[in-house]
Amino acid sequence: MPANRFNGFTEYGIGIGLRAPHYDHILSRKPVVDWFEIISENFMIDGGRPLQILDQILEQYKVVQHGVSMYFGSAEKPNREHLRRLKELVKRTKTPWVSDHLCWGSVDGRYTHDLLPMPYTLEAAKLTAQKVREVRDFLEVPVAVENVSSYAEFHVSEMSEWEFLNEVVERADCGILLDVNNIYVSSQNHNFDPMTYVNSVPAERVAQIHIAGHSKYRKYILDTHDHPVIDPVWKLYERAVQCAGHTATLLEWDDSIPSFKEVHDEARKANKFLASTVLATAV
Amino acid sequence: MARAVMQPLTTAERSQRTAPDGGSMRAYASRFIKPNDRLTSLERLEIYNRQYWFRLLSSMAEDFPGLRSVLGERRFDAMCKAYLVDCPSTSYTLRNLGSKLESWLRKHPKWAGEKQTLALDIVRLEWADIEAFDGKAEPALDVEDLAGAAGENLRLKLQPYVQLLNFRYPVDDLLLAVRKEDEDTDFASNAFQEKRKRKRVQAVAKLKPATIFLVVHRVDFSVYFRRIASEEFAILTALRDGQSLGKAMEAAFTKSKVPESERPALVQQWFQNWATLGWFCKPEKKAPKKAAIA
Repeated sequence: MPANRFNGFTEYGIGIGLRAPHYDHILSRKPVVDWFEIISENFMIDGGRPLQILDQILEQYKVVQHGVSMYFGSAEKPNREHLRRLKELVKRTKTPWVSDHLCWGSVDGRYTHDLLPMPYTLEAAKLTAQKVREVRDFLEVPVAVENVSSYAEFHVSEMSEWEFLNEVVERADCGILLDVNNIYVSSQNHNFDPMTYVNSVPAERVAQIHIAGHSKYRKYILDTHDHPVIDPVWKLYERAVQCAGHTATLLEWDDSIPSFKEVHDEARKANKFLASTVLATAV
Repeated sequence: MARAVMQPLTTAERSQRTAPDGGSMRAYASRFIKPNDRLTSLERLEIYNRQYWFRLLSSMAEDFPGLRSVLGERRFDAMCKAYLVDCPSTSYTLRNLGSKLESWLRKHPKWAGEKQTLALDIVRLEWADIEAFDGKAEPALDVEDLAGAAGENLRLKLQPYVQLLNFRYPVDDLLLAVRKEDEDTDFASNAFQEKRKRKRVQAVAKLKPATIFLVVHRVDFSVYFRRIASEEFAILTALRDGQSLGKAMEAAFTKSKVPESERPALVQQWFQNWATLGWFCKPEKKAPKKAAIA
């Protein structure tokens, strides 16, 4: 099940985000890492050091692209220049799939550079699915949409977040990048059972899983990617891989980034849960 | 919701009381956002409002540390807020956030006041630095290629990442000093940092005008500033603008004080340096013309 049409029938293991503070370590020590995830927008440029680093990484490692500004949920059409540059990068990295967020963030060509929550309506699901299809058809690689952390809910919503996610992915016939930390963060901010969410996701569509840490404030939790993964999130991860199988997993650590070893060690904790899925399959 | 998210924060870094539609922000937020048992609709909206401004202001501070030291932290932050209200991001990447800052600052001189010329100079340099960092590089023409190419009608193309700038202030020194101090103060205490920053601002205020010609370029993927003579600047600018070598020379030496006898050797040396630094692109090979079909 994990190698599916939504991740290009690949069997990727545990990856970490490729971040600038680790460049020297990776290029000089060449640590064994299953794969790296890059933020596409950081490399959708004409030249210079970022692309030189990327090319060196590509010589040694598998790379998967993750975007932050396609805004599948924004009402406007995908930006043509954005798509053109993204496709150029897809050809360079040979990423088996690309992912971006199930959110909106731009209006009339103005970008907020944030992942804003969607109103969970049928109308929004239809428009979002249409945009996912357009992007996938243009890029000619599978697309996976990621559930975001959110801090607000809308009166107009007609369904739960997981029902909305399912509606979008079924209509778009696309994959899911299941972020179990985001599920946890939103569950705490909106008072729902995160396990219900994980259990409701169509496991056969899960292309990849994200794990991460967050910051707890007095009245809400913020998705900051600056801490280790907490136990309740590992529990959600365990359940997700029980359902979806041995899925490509990535640890996100984007702020107060510790040493490469610390990040990689944290990511490799996922092995314990992935191993149990292999065992279960064997039995 | 986007208008509310992009509305500037108060000085206390909270959402404004007045909504984009002129009514109360509390009522505006509650029209579309649900409250929960811990947060009101407005408080939930405010999380996004604050994230928007924190993210964009931090991006501006990262891209324009030189301007920040010229204006001072408070004035820089206030200026950025005004700029971002007038010129919100229209790009999918934050890399382009400051692309309109120079033209905007030119139209709004009140932010820099007496330091307007210096402020414009440093903004141009900091933007050129961004462009040079990730600009396109084409296969470079080397010294041997250049030796074989000559003639008044020769046209040379500059690398897209090479930026040519002239300034009224020695802002290259200023930016390098600011960066050096930022690196050093990473290890210092906050109080010490603040003291150093105040001193730096005072030093900046005393910077004397001095016309310089600068090339912002790359060597081994790192960005460097190289000062050049006014004649070099004139030749390179003319070549960049598509003029022939003959016209470029004419432009360079019309008002030059360099004695005529010294010019050939000087020009030869310049071209050799520029080619060594890879500033010229190899000419594109033209596809052979297809034979006409009878």
